[in-house]
Amino acid sequence: MAIYLLRRIFLLFVTILGVSIIIFALMRVVPGNIADVLFESSGYIDQVQKAKIEAELGLDKPLIQQYLSWLGHLLTGDFGFSYMSERPAIDEILPRLPVTFKLAALTLFFTIIFGIPLGVWSAVKQNGLVDNALRVVTLSALSLPSFWCGLLVLMFSVHVFGVIPIYSNEPRSIFHELFLLSIPALVVGFRSSALIVRLTRSSMLEVLRQDYIRTARAKGVSESTIHYRHALKNAILPIITLLGIEASHLMGGLVVIETVFNIPGLGRYLVEAIRWRDYPIVQNIVLFSACAVVMTNFIVDMLYAVIDPRIKYVD
Amino acid sequence: MMSTVNGVGNPSSKDDSSPEKKVSEFNEELSLAGANVHTKVGMIFFLTKRYPLGFLGLFLVFVFIFVALFAPYLTTHDPLTTNPSISLAAPSMGHPMGADFMGRDLFSRVIFGARTSLAVAFGATILGVFFGVLIGLASGYLGGWVDLVLQRLIDILQSLPTLILAMAMAAALGPSLFNTIIAIAIPKFPSIARVIRSSTLSLREMPFIEAARAMGMSDLRIVFRHIFPNTLAPLIVLATAGLGSAILVEASLSFLGLGVPEPHPSWGRMLSESASEYVRTAPWLVLFPGAAITVAVFGANLLGDALRDIFDPRQRTAN
Repeated sequence: MAIYLLRRIFLLFVTILGVSIIIFALMRVVPGNIADVLFESSGYIDQVQKAKIEAELGLDKPLIQQYLSWLGHLLTGDFGFSYMSERPAIDEILPRLPVTFKLAALTLFFTIIFGIPLGVWSAVKQNGLVDNALRVVTLSALSLPSFWCGLLVLMFSVHVFGVIPIYSNEPRSIFHELFLLSIPALVVGFRSSALIVRLTRSSMLEVLRQDYIRTARAKGVSESTIHYRHALKNAILPIITLLGIEASHLMGGLVVIETVFNIPGLGRYLVEAIRWRDYPIVQNIVLFSACAVVMTNFIVDMLYAVIDPRIKYVD
Repeated sequence: MMSTVNGVGNPSSKDDSSPEKKVSEFNEELSLAGANVHTKVGMIFFLTKRYPLGFLGLFLVFVFIFVALFAPYLTTHDPLTTNPSISLAAPSMGHPMGADFMGRDLFSRVIFGARTSLAVAFGATILGVFFGVLIGLASGYLGGWVDLVLQRLIDILQSLPTLILAMAMAAALGPSLFNTIIAIAIPKFPSIARVIRSSTLSLREMPFIEAARAMGMSDLRIVFRHIFPNTLAPLIVLATAGLGSAILVEASLSFLGLGVPEPHPSWGRMLSESASEYVRTAPWLVLFPGAAITVAVFGANLLGDALRDIFDPRQRTAN
């Protein structure tokens, strides 16, 4: 177990190092750097000025040196300067973190409270009305682009209630904030809960066929106890895997939904930073989301051993 | 579940299915279910009855392809010609979906948008499958350090959310139709490579491969003539399922302004142009392009679902 853990942690670092190299390389392939962007907007290019800006930002150094200095600074907690605002990148990223985090937590919450019970219901009523209705709903949820779904919600509320429930910088109260964040979270959660419903259904169906379920029925255990205590417990592993994947990939969905609902979070900021070719910000946000994925994968794998005593990580 | 025990357990590798069912076995099962497997028509009739939703999907995908191919004959206006006098016009007889801010006929733009969407979705899927297959075969057949290096590369790519990686790729490559295809194909190939690799790993140990090797066949010939054809079934399922997600990623990229550039009409970009402000004033600009994306993706998903049912016996028993 200990050796397995060490190996996993080692590989975790290798992966993150690899991601950092790929991100760095990608950001340097971009035609033109921030100096070009600055001059593009003014209409002419002053070579002397451009060289000066590049030297100031360290863009004239060899790539290896740029990479190593980025990494070195990261390790000491220095996230570099944002070209856009000329403020430390950390000062730009940190204030945007809470709102994105709240949105992610809410999305995950909705995914679980809708996804799992509906999936169980669907499996229990296999091929019934509920099951078929849910199949159509989940399939459409998987086909609905989240940004369009968000726009439809906005449109609906404008034409029915006359207001746009867009996140403002200072919500009136915690409940107001929760309400404003719940709408985009529901939109993103719609898709991921559809995935969970489908997986819960098929995973439950497999378990419900087992002999011990028949035994439980034979000895008179109530149906709800069978479904939630006997069946779901044994069907939960693949669901947790998928929840882990969904949680770690949430950042992708949030980028889009934050743009639609104008939420000042990390995702919308990433889009802006990409447009401005603001390397330090893009690099750090992308690396951050990669770390989130890798860490979640790791935690989920460890959870397996906790949840299912049959799973042992041997060296 | 034990697959997570050895090595780097990546929970996403849930689709490590064993090599698919033999065609004869499948036919036998079909005839048991009452299909006339000896004639093509009988087979098609049976499949239509068994998978009505899958056929709806197939139909929608065909409509999508048809619209994309024959766009010029289906439209009355040029999708790029601007006409300020009808800026933001509501739907009418002449312009069934209204017109956008620049006075371009929205119906024609939506129809031509199918072309862009189709080109990107099919292009990215083909490219993704191509690299996925090459890397998966190499990784599974050669093993050793090649496998180790390729698996790390895949781990690295899979540790970035699809859209984030596509955004970074699109930004790095710059805006163009072809670059959008690459940006969508790159996040796509790792999962295909994983599935092909696991199929290859089990196929490699099969007696018929051993026989081929004993006959002195070259590795290349073994891989492409004997292993690759046996991985086709899961590949078809993956590729079809990937089609829908490719359309979605293209739409999302274009919505964020990082996808297909002008002058190609793109459904995603139509929504970004018309986004929040038109929600109030010109809802048709929001409704129609989004509906087009949804229907196209819905068709691809239905088809992918049915193909999975047909080709993956493990999933079928669960349904």
